[in-house]
Parts: sequence; C-alpha cells; structure tokens
Amino acid sequence: MCSLRLAISLAGALVAAIASPVPLSAEVTVVDAGGRSVRVADASRILCIGGDVTEIAYALGAGNRIVAVDTTSQYPPEALKEKLSVGYMRALSSEGVISVGASLVLASERAGPPEVVKTLKASSVPYIEVPDAFSPEGLVQKIRLIARATGTEAEGDRIAQDATAGFAALAALRSKIAHPVRALFVLGVQNGRILVGGKNTSADAVLTLAGAHNVAAGASGFRPVGDEAVVEMAPEVIVGMRRTSDNDAHDLSQLLALKGVQSTPAGAASRVVLMDGAYLLGFGPRVPSAARDLMRALYPGLDAAGAQR
Amino acid sequence: MSFTAVPAVRGSERPLGARGLLAGACVALALAVLLSLSVGATGVSLAALPRVLSALITGAGDPATAREQLVLLEIRLPRLLLGAFVGAALALSGAMMQGMFRNPLADPGLIGVSSGAVLAAVATIAASNGLALPLVQALGPYLLPLAAFGGGVIATVVLVAVAARHGELAVGTLLLAGVALAALASSLTGLIAYASDDRELRDLTLWMLGSLSGASWPKALALAPFALGLALAVPRLVRGLNGLVLGEAEAFHLGIDVDRMKRVVIVATAAATGAAVAVSGIVGFVGIIVPHLVRLLAGPDHRVVLPGSALLGAALVLSADVLARMLVRPAELPLGVVTALLGAPLFLHLVRRWVGSV
Repeated sequence: MCSLRLAISLAGALVAAIASPVPLSAEVTVVDAGGRSVRVADASRILCIGGDVTEIAYALGAGNRIVAVDTTSQYPPEALKEKLSVGYMRALSSEGVISVGASLVLASERAGPPEVVKTLKASSVPYIEVPDAFSPEGLVQKIRLIARATGTEAEGDRIAQDATAGFAALAALRSKIAHPVRALFVLGVQNGRILVGGKNTSADAVLTLAGAHNVAAGASGFRPVGDEAVVEMAPEVIVGMRRTSDNDAHDLSQLLALKGVQSTPAGAASRVVLMDGAYLLGFGPRVPSAARDLMRALYPGLDAAGAQR
Repeated sequence: MSFTAVPAVRGSERPLGARGLLAGACVALALAVLLSLSVGATGVSLAALPRVLSALITGAGDPATAREQLVLLEIRLPRLLLGAFVGAALALSGAMMQGMFRNPLADPGLIGVSSGAVLAAVATIAASNGLALPLVQALGPYLLPLAAFGGGVIATVVLVAVAARHGELAVGTLLLAGVALAALASSLTGLIAYASDDRELRDLTLWMLGSLSGASWPKALALAPFALGLALAVPRLVRGLNGLVLGEAEAFHLGIDVDRMKRVVIVATAAATGAAVAVSGIVGFVGIIVPHLVRLLAGPDHRVVLPGSALLGAALVLSADVLARMLVRPAELPLGVVTALLGAPLFLHLVRRWVGSV
C-alpha cells in the first residue's frame, strides 16, 4: 500500500514537474523541526496551527494568505474571527485539516494527535513542523523557518533582527539587576488552589527574560499548588493573566483572598502584575516587548538610573 | 458464524422478531458504513471510489485523485473499521456482562474491567516519553491495545481472586468487588492525571472523551487479532448464557460448565473492552444502550442479543462518529460526548419504561 502510494505520488510529481507552468523560482525546500526536508511549491493558501505560528505569519505580512487557524491562535484577534478554525491544536482531525484546502501547513511541534500528524505528513500538501522552544534562539529560528516557507525572507530578516536587538537590550538591562525579584506566575485560581508556571513553560521563559527569579521553577509545566507550597515559595511579586480589564478587581480579590497568597511578601504588599495572556505567553515576535513591559513593572526604576527598585 | 436466526422466546410481545431485528441491524449497519465512507469535512464522496481504485491499480493518477485516495483509503476506511470494531466490541461486552450477571445494568464499567483498561492505557500514555519509550519503539501501535487489554485482564484476575470462593464465582460478591476495584483503578488514574502537567492533562482529558480521529491502518490491523478472537469465542457463549437466564443451578443441571463459561466471558470482555478503550478512549453508553434496545425489540434470546448487539453497536458508533466529525467541521467533537448525548436520554427513557413495568 505504502510503496504503491509512493509510486503514485512519484509519478504525479514527475507529471507535475514536466507539465506544470509554475515557475521553479517560487519553489523552496526547508528543513523543519523534525529534520524533514519539505518542498514548498505554493504558499498561497496557508493553514497555521499554533498561536505563535499564526502570530509570526501575520507579522510577516502573510495574513491575507492564511485560510485557516487553530483555536490557540488568539493573536491577532481577527485570525479566529476571519479564518476557518480546525479546532484545538492537540485534537486535530485529518480530514478536517485536509478539507480547508491549504497548499501549505505550518504547524507547531505541539500539534496532535500523533496519528493525525503522521497522516498529514503523508499527504501531498507540504506539512512543516515549527519548533517549540521557549528561547530567544528558538524564536529567531521559528521566524526564519516560517519566513522561508512563505517566501517572505526580507520581512523575516527584519523581524528576526528586531527580536534579536530586543533580546540584547533585555540582556543589557538584566545585567543591571543586582537582586532578581522572586516572582510567581499564576495561570489561574481553581477551588482555592492556584495553577503556577514551573520550568519548561513560556511563563518561566518570560519571567527569566524579564530578570525575575521564578520561584516555581522546581516544578515542570503548569501545576496546581496548595497554600503551604505557595508560602514556601515566598514570591515578592505575583504575575497573572489579565482576561479583560473589567475583571481585574475580581481576579485580584480572588487571588489575594487565598490564605497562602496572603502570607507571602507579594500578598502582604498586594504586589500583583496582570498582563494579557496571549501577549505574555504567546512566544511570538512580541515576546521581547512583553518581557520588557514585565521588567518595567517588576523594576520600576531600572530604566532611568539603572538603579534597583 | 454459527448464529442462526430463530423466533424470539416471546416473539409475539416484541415489535420485531429475531429475523426482523437481525435484518434491520444489517441494513442499519450497511447504511452507517455507506454514510461513514461518503461523508466528511472534505467534499470527497463515494463516487470517487472507482477513480481511486483504478488509479491504485494502474499506478497513474493526478494530484486530485491522490487527495481522494488519501481521504477514502487512508483516513475514512481505517476510521470506519475502528468505529465498527469499537461499537461491536462495546455492545458485545455489555450484552455478555448483562447475560452473565443476569442484571440489566451490568456493563464492563461496572465491575472494573474498563477502569483497569483505562488505568493501563493512561499509565502507558503518561510514561510513553520516559519509562515506556523502548516499549513504544518495539510494539508501536500494538502497545496501547495490549496495555489496555492487560489492564482489563489484570483487573479481572484480581477480581476473580477476590470474589471466588471454593472455585465458584458468586455474582453478588463479584459485583461488590468489581465496584471497589473500579474505584481503586479510577483513583490511580486520577493520581496519574494529577502528576501530569497542563498539556499532558489536556491530552488525557481529550483521550477520555473518546475519539476515532487517530484512526490509521496500523491501528486497524492491530485490532484484527482481537476481532478474530471475539468472533471465535462469542458464538460458543450463546447456549451458556441462555441457560444462565434460568439460574446458575439450573444451568449447571442443563450440563453447562458455568464457571468455565464465566471465565470465557470475563476474558472476552476484557479483550473487547481493552482493545476498544485503547483505540478510541472512553466511548460511553454503547455497552448499556444497545443490548437493551435489542432485547426490547426482539426478546432476550442470546442467539439474537449477541449478534444483534454487535451489528447495532457498530452502526450506532459509526453514525455518532459521522455526527462528531460533521457538526463542527473542519474541527471535530469528541465521539464519547456524542454517544453519551444520544445515549443518555434514550437510557433514561428505557429506565422509566422498566420502572413502569415492574
């Protein structure tokens, strides 16, 4: 079955190569996160899977060529409003993805389930896996990969350089911080327990970029923790997600009502920083600026005199 | 198959006779198969099949045919086989359990078989990047069905060891021990879920809602030994289950080796449930709804209940899967959500009727 299909697709490719009027210059071959060489002949109808992937594609000016996105594509907001949605990125449907008629699939490594991803890789539509790394180098790599696949390399160079410059500026500012603030990222409050960002999360990466010490780095991923564990972590500041600004007061009161949180230095001083979730955690091109905003909130005096707090 | 259609025990009271039910179930399954092959998010219809087959045979085809071939042969066909197996296996498990326990509410979920299978599958998924990696590489698509089957068998063996007295299985004790075992397995599953991070947790949650979207040929082929085993074992249970309707002592006097039959039922149920859980996650209500429907329509004779349940179960899951993939296309609803949405109200109706008739 497999070799037969291979033979058919080879024959198809041969016919296409001989008969196709598409100029060869439009074709590129990229090596994706899985190490596969993928040939992209037509980047006119793009399916983006993954919030960071969608954000980068829009930033590169390819937004009008996107035909569909997944439900994690929260930024820019028009993405989910104007484009088809193929559902949650970890619960894709093979036929659903094929049905949107994309000529190029750009998908985060996190996309799943694995069998569906395997089927999609076997289809004739190029499927490019975008790496999922929460580091400055990872972001630049993502931007360059997507730029090459979508034929927007000039734009990609510019955005990658901006990002690199942004990260360099952050590093320079970080070097002025003598005592990193002890920070805790809180994803949400559920039944009196808080869900905190441990290591291997974009929250941890952004806290680190902003020059904070993540007190939850002992755990991996987003974890629920109880009151005692929060007291033990003793954060000086809590960073949370803003849903809408109308909810700020409610979210803050809910968080500060927790006994464990109250007993921390952050709780005692009511020191909570709320930021937009997609902006803070998206790990797209806006991450240097998000980390910069967070740093400003964590170290108000850092800009002017280089002095601490 | 050695199933033969015979008049139902009290045929006159039933809306359909045995023949009627089996014929109807065959038609329903045939329709569900056609629907499942011809409907999907892409507009590809069955009309493309001759084109796809000729391209497959001659080896020549354009990109459009290649796309149709992918959709029909690589996506819909394995999904159809998986769905039919899951539906038939779950409905058969329910029918066998209800026959063995002589309890209309029995279900593999009740005596811990499903919970054991789920625990093993969840543990395998959670460990698949670490401890179980060599196993994943060695066994590929067979790992999960085998693990879930193993979990079901272990749960069953523990159950029998606890509940058996002097080599006999008392149904009451078996039920009580099963409920406790199910609670134990569920709590261990909860422990694994608690230890998972946010992303693994979402994967586990989605898996537990049930889906056929991961259907593939290797998965479908991995089910073949299970399907074959069931097809061989189930027809042999008909006489025993029918004898058991009268009571265990009566069945014994009819010359039925009751304990041996119970063991066959238990292993067959563990295999069917384990394999179904492994490929589709948790698909609820099929095991309890379908056998009831068959009994209501055609009477309690297991010569009808077993094959009828298998056919109707397959038809039900295939139809529910068509809804799951069409309602929110190009995304997909979890299959377990659809079967429970369809099944739970129907079940409430059945319970009401049952209460009324007592």
